[in-house]
Amino acid sequence: MSEIDIRPDIATGRLKAEQYTENFDDLVPVLDRKTALVEANRCYFCYDAPCIEACPTGIDIPGFIKKIATDNVRGSAVRILEANIFGGACARVCPTEILCEQACVRNAQENKPVTIGRLQRYATDHLMATGEHPFTRAPLTGRKVAVVGAGPAGLSCAHRLAMLGHDVVVFEAKAHPGGLNEYGVAEYKMPDHFARAEVDFLLKIGGIEIRTGQALGRDITLSGLRRDYDAVFLGMGLAGVKALEAEGEELAGVMNAVDYIADLRQADDFGRLPVGRKVVVIGGGNTAIDIAIQIRRLGAEDVTLVYRRGPSEMGATHHEQELAQVNGVRIKHWARPVKLTGQGGAVREAVFEYTQLDADGRLIGTGDHFAVPADMVFKAIGQSFVPDPLRQDGRDLLELKGAKIAVDAEGKTSLDKVWAGGDCTPGQDLTVAAVQDGKIAALAIDRALRG
Amino acid sequence: MADLSTNFIGIKSPNPYWLASAPPTDKAYNVVRAFKAGWGGVVWKTLGEDPPVVNVSSRYGAIGYKGNRVAGFNNIELISDRPLEVNLQEIKQVKRDWPDRAMIVSLMVPCTEDSWKNILKRIEDTEADGIELNFGCPHGMSERGMGAAVGQVPEYVEMVARWCKQYSRMPVIVKLTPNITNILSSARAAVRGGADAVSLINTINSITSVNLDLMAPEPTVDGKGTHGGYCGPAVKPIALHMVAEIARDPECKNIPISGIGGVETWRDAAEFMALGAGTVQVCTAAMHYGFTIVDDMNDGLANWMDSKGYRRIEDFRARAVPNVTDWQHLNINYQIVAQIDQDRCIKCGLCHIACEDTSHQAISALRVDGARRYEVVDEECVGCNLCLHVCPVENCITMKEIDNGKPFLTWKDDPRNPMNQKAAE
Ligand SMILES: Cc1cc2nc3c(=O)[nH]c(=O)nc-3n(C[C@H](O)[C@H](O)[C@H](O)COP(=O)(O)OP(=O)(O)OC[C@H]3O[C@@H](n4cnc5c(N)ncnc54)[C@H](O)[C@@H]3O)c2cc1C
Ligand SMILES: Cc1cc2nc3c(=O)[nH]c(=O)nc-3n(C[C@H](O)[C@H](O)[C@H](O)COP(=O)(O)O)c2cc1C
Ligand code: SF4
Ligand code: SF4
Ligand code: SF4
Repeated sequence: MSEIDIRPDIATGRLKAEQYTENFDDLVPVLDRKTALVEANRCYFCYDAPCIEACPTGIDIPGFIKKIATDNVRGSAVRILEANIFGGACARVCPTEILCEQACVRNAQENKPVTIGRLQRYATDHLMATGEHPFTRAPLTGRKVAVVGAGPAGLSCAHRLAMLGHDVVVFEAKAHPGGLNEYGVAEYKMPDHFARAEVDFLLKIGGIEIRTGQALGRDITLSGLRRDYDAVFLGMGLAGVKALEAEGEELAGVMNAVDYIADLRQADDFGRLPVGRKVVVIGGGNTAIDIAIQIRRLGAEDVTLVYRRGPSEMGATHHEQELAQVNGVRIKHWARPVKLTGQGGAVREAVFEYTQLDADGRLIGTGDHFAVPADMVFKAIGQSFVPDPLRQDGRDLLELKGAKIAVDAEGKTSLDKVWAGGDCTPGQDLTVAAVQDGKIAALAIDRALRG
Repeated sequence: MADLSTNFIGIKSPNPYWLASAPPTDKAYNVVRAFKAGWGGVVWKTLGEDPPVVNVSSRYGAIGYKGNRVAGFNNIELISDRPLEVNLQEIKQVKRDWPDRAMIVSLMVPCTEDSWKNILKRIEDTEADGIELNFGCPHGMSERGMGAAVGQVPEYVEMVARWCKQYSRMPVIVKLTPNITNILSSARAAVRGGADAVSLINTINSITSVNLDLMAPEPTVDGKGTHGGYCGPAVKPIALHMVAEIARDPECKNIPISGIGGVETWRDAAEFMALGAGTVQVCTAAMHYGFTIVDDMNDGLANWMDSKGYRRIEDFRARAVPNVTDWQHLNINYQIVAQIDQDRCIKCGLCHIACEDTSHQAISALRVDGARRYEVVDEECVGCNLCLHVCPVENCITMKEIDNGKPFLTWKDDPRNPMNQKAAE
């Protein structure tokens, strides 16, 4: 063994100021007009277009692309936003390769879909830059709806309700609205405080009041909301983080990826963030990929992402995995964490056991182990719904399903006057899916309120 | 390798590609560059009497189509704006330096016998191979009683053609304007006047676009615009039709044709020649891409000819002419229906919506286990070809011939023709 004592190496300011700017700049910049026109003209304007069906919010894709092709960019943006008020965010964060673009008929023809997401951004950025809000409110109904959570689901619901003439109060536990757009999504997908600009844009409809620092279960109760409002929408997302259940989780330097990302997203100066020289990320979803890439871009030297199954089982799309690899992240499949070992209370090493599938397709350890040196370990094996705020006198006020809030096709919960949507309900945990949930629930609430 | 050389009314050129009378042939500098690039000949930019004309600033308009630039092109330029003597000296020198290339001089002077007589002498001195009478310029010059103003009056065409034959020994090509209702009236006039050949088309009256900020037509000159002459790929179908009309007209007596209008590739050229043209002339394509485009025009034509076993251009020239006929001679019993190759189909649904909304409701939109499927309803299909044209996948929709057992029948003989019913009564 070496006599030299290698200490945990966690430091701030690993990079020069301009490198941070460069590393966290727009990953996919907005198209210029010329390129947008070429791309828009690649769209066939399909009948019964498969891409529309593949968009969870059902945006009229051929319709908005046609408008770009004729330089009717405002019309294009309105067409997008009327189906999805977070059209700007979705254009940046949607995994289009498994959504609209995967369905594009151009794949069958030439393996190259129309870049729907980038065109969507071209149009929505144009409109947002004008400062205009294109929608108006229907005659006021005098009804009041409470929304819990100012994430994509909650705000989408609030915006649609406001459009339909209802007044809305949004209760948000955090200091800023936006949900994971503000605290979770990778910085390089949404730089320049886009999430805040988008919330400001959305609120211009009027009739929506956001009360930040108000947590359900702490500052307000569900029974109170049901009493004081005509309807309630729950869009609380996933407040919990799954534990590794491996020895050593409490060591210094072991963190939840989402917490670190939240700090990163709120940081005024990336140089102040602590960054390990050697970093291990555990998990296989987009959060794992996002933290791995971002910590690399903050200056970590070696980043190893370890996932217990193979590449095709990863929650992160193929595109995201590739992006991680391009960013110098080493991805190791088929291994699960066994323990984290430390020195002086700080993590030094993550120990994994190789895995494989048994005859019945169950994941089992092979008994062989390996260790990866680590100054920092990020846990990114998933978030979970925390039902506590919905409990009263030791029992759930509404039905759960698969550890999330049970809802029908329109977002209605088992409880009278209460709807829910987004990550806190079953279904895909995607921004665009949350937006759709909020929209659908708003329409259902509107119908219920009009009786 | 196929032989591309042509002998057009005694004018020889190593290939059938001539640059049309226009900016590419405006002066020695351009023409020499063109010859170096491989062009077979040029029709020099139209000469007129001194003093030279003066052009305006902002001269061209163009329309693009879905990202493709210059699908159609228009100009409001006049004839050569350089002194006559300068042009003549350059023509003489270039012809001397490039004896194997065709050198034709385009002319436009006022409609008096003396004007033509005088200029013809001076052209002969250049030892150019022939002249082309510009009866086509549709803007500016026509306001002064020249160009299209002459070309639109068959009597003038005939008269000027006759003067030219009378006062010069050079071959005479009459360039026709398409801005008339029937191209045959001026083509026949040229034949009567003794012209050796016709060339067509010159440009078509046009306003390419309206500037919606200036509220003025493009190209705009200080806030105003005027109609220009339209050319480029968009005009090819019009030119092909006019060429075909002349080629199959008995009264035109197989007058040699130099085909012009939208020629950009060897295929365009081959189409003009299949309809009877002996040479083709090109302007817009050269103005768009420069002179080197002739390389593929030569090479592509030769390769195609080789693949078809044609050794000389004469082997296929005018071969399509007998198949151009009048509607009344078409077989009304011939039947085709659309056929979709399901393996190639990418499910864009365009065939369905086109037929459903605007044709014969003959393509059904199905879902088979949730997957889209588009199928032709044979009984409803009238064989119009619409779906085939809108389908973005090549060879995905084809038209299959139906053996309906019915004999060849033209409308003339069809019992459904009211004229025949009358006769039967
Ligand atoms: C790191 C990370 C990266 C991601 N990247 C992408 C991506 O690139 N593309 C993509 O499509 N999706 C991505 N997702 C998923 C996406 O962000 C979510 O699906 C989406 O934000 C869900 O919206 P939501 O409104 O349901 O929940 P959230 O966005 O989580 O919003 C819930 C809101 O409710 C608030 N809240 C919670 N509890 C309470 C309470 N008790 N009282 C009051 N307020 C409360 C929260 O503070 C939050 O503001 C990512 C997720 C993570 C974690
Ligand atoms: C800018 C411009 C100027 C032209 N000037 C003349 C001319 O002086 N004389 C003439 O006979 N035709 C003139 N033409 C017409 C061309 O010779 C040719 O007939 C026409 O452009 C169609 O061919 P294209 O489609 O290959 O361009 C001109 C065309 C253009 C674009
Ligand atoms: S599937 Fe592709 S080509 Fe068709 S409408 Fe959608 S984006 Fe356009
Ligand atoms: S050929 Fe015409 S009628 Fe027949 S299917 Fe195609 S579009 Fe319809
Ligand atoms: S137009 Fe062609 S590709 Fe599109 S659905 Fe019809 S047959 Fe298929």
